[in-house]
Amino acid sequence: MGILTSYRLRLMRRRWKIRARLKGRELQPLAERTGQIGKNAILLFATLRNEKPRLAWFLQYYRALGVEHFLFVDNGSEDGSAEYLAGQPDASVWRAEASYKASRFGMDWMNGLLRRYGHGHWALTVDVDEFFLYPHCDTRPLRALTDWLDDAGLRSFGTLLLDVYPKGPVGDQPCLEGQNPLEIASWFDSGNYTITRNHRFRNLWIQGGPRARGYFADQPRAAPALNKVPLVKWHRSFVYVSSTHMLLPRGLNLTYDTLGGEKASGCLLHAKFLATLSDKVREEMARGQHYAESREYQAYASGIADRTDLWTKWSERFINWRQLEIMGLMSKGNWA
Amino acid sequence: MSARLGFIMLVHTALDRAADVVRFVAATGSPVVIHVDASTPPAQREGLLQALAHLPQVRFCKRHRCDWGTWSLVAAMQSASELLLRDFPGVERVYAMSGACLPLRPVAELQAWLDRHPDADFIESVNVADVNWTKGGLNEERFTLWFPVGFKRRKWVFDRLVDAQRLLHVKRDIPDGIVPHMGSQWWCLTRETLEAILKDPMRPVYDRYFRQVWIPDESYFQTLVRLHARRIESRSLTLGKFDHQGKPHVFYDDHLTLLRRSDCFMARKIWRGADRLYQHFLAPREAASDAEPQPSRIDRHFARATEQRVRGRPGLYMASRFPVANRENGKTAEPYSVFQGFTEVFQDFEGWLSAVANCRVHGHLFAPQKAQFAGRERHFAGGLSDSATLRDYNPRAFLTNLLWATRGERQCFQFGPGDTQGRKFDLLWFMATDSNAQISVISGAWAVPLYRSGGDFAQLRREAARLQRIESEMIEILHAPQTRARIRIWTMAEFLENPAEPLHTLFDEIAPHSAARLMRLPDLVDLTGFGSFLQELRNQGMQPVLMGDFPTTPLPPDPSHRMK
Repeated sequence: MGILTSYRLRLMRRRWKIRARLKGRELQPLAERTGQIGKNAILLFATLRNEKPRLAWFLQYYRALGVEHFLFVDNGSEDGSAEYLAGQPDASVWRAEASYKASRFGMDWMNGLLRRYGHGHWALTVDVDEFFLYPHCDTRPLRALTDWLDDAGLRSFGTLLLDVYPKGPVGDQPCLEGQNPLEIASWFDSGNYTITRNHRFRNLWIQGGPRARGYFADQPRAAPALNKVPLVKWHRSFVYVSSTHMLLPRGLNLTYDTLGGEKASGCLLHAKFLATLSDKVREEMARGQHYAESREYQAYASGIADRTDLWTKWSERFINWRQLEIMGLMSKGNWA
Repeated sequence: MSARLGFIMLVHTALDRAADVVRFVAATGSPVVIHVDASTPPAQREGLLQALAHLPQVRFCKRHRCDWGTWSLVAAMQSASELLLRDFPGVERVYAMSGACLPLRPVAELQAWLDRHPDADFIESVNVADVNWTKGGLNEERFTLWFPVGFKRRKWVFDRLVDAQRLLHVKRDIPDGIVPHMGSQWWCLTRETLEAILKDPMRPVYDRYFRQVWIPDESYFQTLVRLHARRIESRSLTLGKFDHQGKPHVFYDDHLTLLRRSDCFMARKIWRGADRLYQHFLAPREAASDAEPQPSRIDRHFARATEQRVRGRPGLYMASRFPVANRENGKTAEPYSVFQGFTEVFQDFEGWLSAVANCRVHGHLFAPQKAQFAGRERHFAGGLSDSATLRDYNPRAFLTNLLWATRGERQCFQFGPGDTQGRKFDLLWFMATDSNAQISVISGAWAVPLYRSGGDFAQLRREAARLQRIESEMIEILHAPQTRARIRIWTMAEFLENPAEPLHTLFDEIAPHSAARLMRLPDLVDLTGFGSFLQELRNQGMQPVLMGDFPTTPLPPDPSHRMK
């Protein structure tokens, strides 16, 4: 059984690697600055589509943490995202017009780029609405963490995807371009997460939070997975299996302790519940123009139409990583 | 100032930081002999040589290729020490440090402090029989097996060699006259002791022996010093803490205050990017303090971290802590009380309990329709929802989450055979084996609401049979030998004979210091006719047993509801 499972997983890993290589052909370089990548540079990989209003803050946040080069796949954005990113001095951008779904929600593209440029680097793979927090992130740069992981012989770092949401319906307080989304989506659920072990891939399967209680109360099994392993010392033989929830080889998923101890871990603040309102749309709205045809407007309108209010009196307001560590959503482990 | 204190320094990376430290140390005139790892790229080494070329009292010794845990580190220290003692005859003490060490106090303060301790050799040296800090199972075997390969580069071969030697009962002879001792490799020795070690006629024998010892840099000087020293102070002057795996804790900018208050002379290991630490501690300062080093505060800081890594926080289940069964170090976060059958026999038991005890009293948290949070709120601490579907998806996590989120406030809730039990009574098993749980059961009390509902009797009979079957199984679990909860079970008849006494006992445990408030007992529900109801169940062919020997015509309830 053990050998058979290992063999099957090995085949699976090979399949994802081949897919990554094939799907990699769909990528058209728009800005290729990978020559700048230094020997030990910390890299960030992301796929996006029409996320222009979020990008300025996203770049600012991760530059401050210590990301040295960004590698983006733009999946057919029509709001100028790709051009904006291509103009950044520390970013490389590829365009993919092909189907996001057919590339397993961008994972094939990510695996392809990781294989080509990530080998030997600490690589952070996130979405543009995810903000990485780790212990001491207010006083120690990302390099301190990766150095520590290197010293400890660790290759991956686990996180909880922590959904943050605004108080009041999502559409009521749109986030302006360049604004810190956490100023609006600053609330979270501190302790309603359920965990089971996925023995096949050895990862934890975490569910719960505001999405489970707000949208999946009738079918909790279908609630989204909240376990993520976004930071990995990449080797070309690694692949992400499903989003960044799990990897192969599966030893990389053992980011938790099973004998009662706590390994160091972080959180990915997930500012998904946020209506983003670009300056352009705001202008158009101010002029009272009609643009029901516009995709932007539709996206915005759908945000407004969503009257779900995730806030309860038990919601906690985000302060800093220490608060999350005390609440047990992340852990310093022995990194004191 | 005459330099009576010399330094040997082992460096391999972050040479720019090492150069800053050397400049700081050499500024007081102290000689420094640097050993640069032979595997350090030549360009970097050249850079270091250039940077320090203007300092006459800085020398570079013969280079060895250093591999962690092997003899090469001792060889490097020997070469550096020999050069230092030869070229600087004025040196009376030698301090061993690494490139990742940072002096926390001016060298002059260290010199003055050493002057107050003449003839003492500061080296941690613990008899290997008494060592308890080694990790990975190698202790005395470090000295009795052969270790021809390094661990870091050839882990697999290393492990197989150890296995093979254990199998063959290999036991090396330890040279006569030495008793293996271990300790930190960052020592400060007097010239006499160090020379005696380096010029010992037996040194070739010892060297040959230690070449094949595992991690000789932590045992070579520590062992031989026992032969030559006049007075050993068994401690390291370099502040350095090790984690549960034997790796040094690293200091960052946010440790500045902690380090400053420690009054230690030297700290290791410093993260190379800790700009603030380097700026602060390498700023030129006058010797001003004669304080004793106090490493204990830092010890506590890191001991807590190791504790968190090894034992974790009891009752916490999260992305990086998910203990397997029985390795939880506490299944739940805090003590809690589970009541079964109390709301059935008392009127408004919840209201009474929350009035007299300072705790949060919920209804049936695991009721089939929805979780009955205190005050019947829709949400509760941590963002728990009252949705039964969500709760029943993982009832155990529901309970552990609730107890984690309400740390500091005791939780009480009602439970019973009508509630969600989880798969194979998973939930009750979990609580029964949890030492935080206080489970109190009035068995058979589930029949009271049935009796009071006055519904269709055939249906009531079916329901009674179902509940009795479930409760019997529950009681069997509570009687299992592996339970760890405080469990009390009364039959309903037993309990009603004198309700005051059991309530008093429970209350003492829940709120030990406020027993005086337990003046009034809750009112019992009206049970006239309950005995006949049970008889009717019997007449219909069911056998209600769990409520105990309940008389068909009940006695009037205890006349006194007042405590003595």
